[in-house]
Amino acid sequence: MAATSNPAATSNPEIDYTSCLGPDPDAQIRGTGSITRRQWMQFCAGVAATMGLSSAAGVRMAEAAISPARPPVIWLHGQECTGCTESLLRSYHPTLESILLDVISLDYHDTLCVGAGKQALDYKHAMMEKNKGKYVLVTEGGTPMKDGGIYCKVGGKTQVELVREAAEGAAAVIAIGSCASWGGVQSADPNPTGAVGTHDVIPGKLVINIPGCPASPYNFLSTVLYILTFNRPPELDQQNRPRFAYGRLIHENCERRPHFDAGRFALEFGDEGHRQGFCLYKIGCKGPETYANCPSIGFGDVGFGSWPVGTGHPCFGCTEKDTGFRKPLHSLATVKTLTPPTAYPQVNAPEGMGVSGGAAAVLGAVGGLAIGAGAMVLKQMGNGKNAAPDTSKSKEQA
Amino acid sequence: MTELSRRQLLTNGCVGAAAAAVPVEAAAAIARPAKEISPDAVGILYDSALCIGCKACVAACKAANEMPADVPQHLTDWNEHTWDTPEDLSGRTLNVIKVYRNGTAEKKDREIDGFAFVKRHCLHCVDPSCVSVCPVAAMRKDPVTGIVSYDPDACIGCRYCVYACPFGVPQYDYNNPFGKIAKCQMCRHLQKDGKIPACCDVCPTGASLFGTVKAIEQETSRRLAATAGSAYEYPRGRLGDNRPVNAATIPTYVKEIYGVHENGGTQVRYIAGVSFARLGLPSVPEQSPASLSEGLQHTIYQWLIAPIIAFAGLLVLVRGRVNSAHGDDGPKSQGEGS
Repeated sequence: MAATSNPAATSNPEIDYTSCLGPDPDAQIRGTGSITRRQWMQFCAGVAATMGLSSAAGVRMAEAAISPARPPVIWLHGQECTGCTESLLRSYHPTLESILLDVISLDYHDTLCVGAGKQALDYKHAMMEKNKGKYVLVTEGGTPMKDGGIYCKVGGKTQVELVREAAEGAAAVIAIGSCASWGGVQSADPNPTGAVGTHDVIPGKLVINIPGCPASPYNFLSTVLYILTFNRPPELDQQNRPRFAYGRLIHENCERRPHFDAGRFALEFGDEGHRQGFCLYKIGCKGPETYANCPSIGFGDVGFGSWPVGTGHPCFGCTEKDTGFRKPLHSLATVKTLTPPTAYPQVNAPEGMGVSGGAAAVLGAVGGLAIGAGAMVLKQMGNGKNAAPDTSKSKEQA
Repeated sequence: MTELSRRQLLTNGCVGAAAAAVPVEAAAAIARPAKEISPDAVGILYDSALCIGCKACVAACKAANEMPADVPQHLTDWNEHTWDTPEDLSGRTLNVIKVYRNGTAEKKDREIDGFAFVKRHCLHCVDPSCVSVCPVAAMRKDPVTGIVSYDPDACIGCRYCVYACPFGVPQYDYNNPFGKIAKCQMCRHLQKDGKIPACCDVCPTGASLFGTVKAIEQETSRRLAATAGSAYEYPRGRLGDNRPVNAATIPTYVKEIYGVHENGGTQVRYIAGVSFARLGLPSVPEQSPASLSEGLQHTIYQWLIAPIIAFAGLLVLVRGRVNSAHGDDGPKSQGEGS
């Protein structure tokens, strides 16, 4: 955090220009190697904006994240492909290594550990003991429960034991990816290893789920920074997903939505509609039942449209427990519109503009004329007169 | 007429009213037998619980039948004919999706605090009133497919069909000086080429499903017999075709079918998750008005019986009056106008 002395400002040794100017924004932050304070502030402001927070919150985040007491993080891998870590490694503002080395103190991570074997495990245990009640546990991958959990072991211990052991002293538990959130691909029917998500391994403890296959790295980073800043988890939905990232249906923000509304659908891969960029609902897009911010932030930092639906593949619902890996890819999504569209006509809507005053007056006059004429005819008949009722008389009555 | 008293006139009026209120049983006796559905009749099954309200059918219908966009007058403030927003069937709209909305409208296919979609178009009655009332046979029912079609060249614009239809389907284009009746003809111009109605062709979920009425009846009973929540492969497009199915689960259906009995049966059938009354589908008696009116007319006019009796009655009446008037100053010039 503290900027080092600025060599350019030492011409007069009696005046401490450096302290007058405050921290040098372009000086590199201690130990990062490349990232400057200016870049860091920009990143945090961006993260705050992503979460809908004020720029002041961005500053607080920046301060919290680069404070000397970096929160220790223990990262466990279970049944997974390491895709979430790989995707996190490819986040660019800033690069993950600066986050891991300076924002958090990543004390244990199977993929990124410098040490190996017993050395790494011993360090993990030492850190867990030292930071008991203070560290953040991140789980990546599902946990097999069948047959005593023997289908995933690290250092001779089953994943179940490892997760429970680490969760015991954790201040917060974050499950990154669909596997850690609710079992993921290996929990698909028939689920031979009995894979479950982290919250099923440690019931009773709050697990923040960041589902996705892989999870969007920025959803993860934003959640971590929120926890560091405010010392509490962000607002969560019923499945413990942060609302800022999983609050809206993909269908709501999809760039292909106008095609859905206009009834234009790709019918099969490579057909004319598919080439035109029409809606992918008919070929199995699960966007209408999947809550995620993919269409808004995309993947890989390469700009607009860099997400599955943007590239022409239907969403398969990886952030939904009952959709991804469970529903067939080709099957139609359940359209979870919260309420019916307001512009649709009601079944019993009144038609037309109602009766105008003029029309009512004309109708009343005609009706009155008819009644009067009829009454006059009857009267004439009752009098027994022979004269046929002529029209002039009935008009008089009206 | 000369001596018709007030008392007589009122009495006659009462008798006429009583005759009009003939009990239903008597009416059924006069009515001709209900019409039988053609064995090769085609129809549409609309499953409200499957409908997602995407309006693809409305758009496709407009394109297939070359109908213009329909923007009601009161919507033009925000929609200057950039959007097709029909509110009901009209001279410009053959097919419309409407929404049932109750309370907070949170859940689809729930009656209270829920919502549901309904598709309205011609039901292609087995015994259509519009065909029965048409004086020039502009409305016809195909004897094989059962499609109720309309021939604008034969139409004289009397609009009897508009008033006769219990479902409010045929609509006249009042804004056009050379107006026509607009009604769904089940895309018969497409069927001629072996295609299927546009609405069923584009429906993404199979909520609109084309097929023979026989196949539709089988499919409908299969759906209603399945337990809610069980997996079901919903066919799309035309029943019997090998299009990819829509693998979904059975919703909670109201165990009734609209269109089996209504108006003597229709070739378009509805099933839904909420009651049909809530979807705005009218309650129509099983006996078709056409069977009653045609039975009545064909009975009393058979062998010209009614005109002969009426003429004979008039003869007797006039003759009696002429005879009784002989004591006076002779028959009057104004006489009976019969």
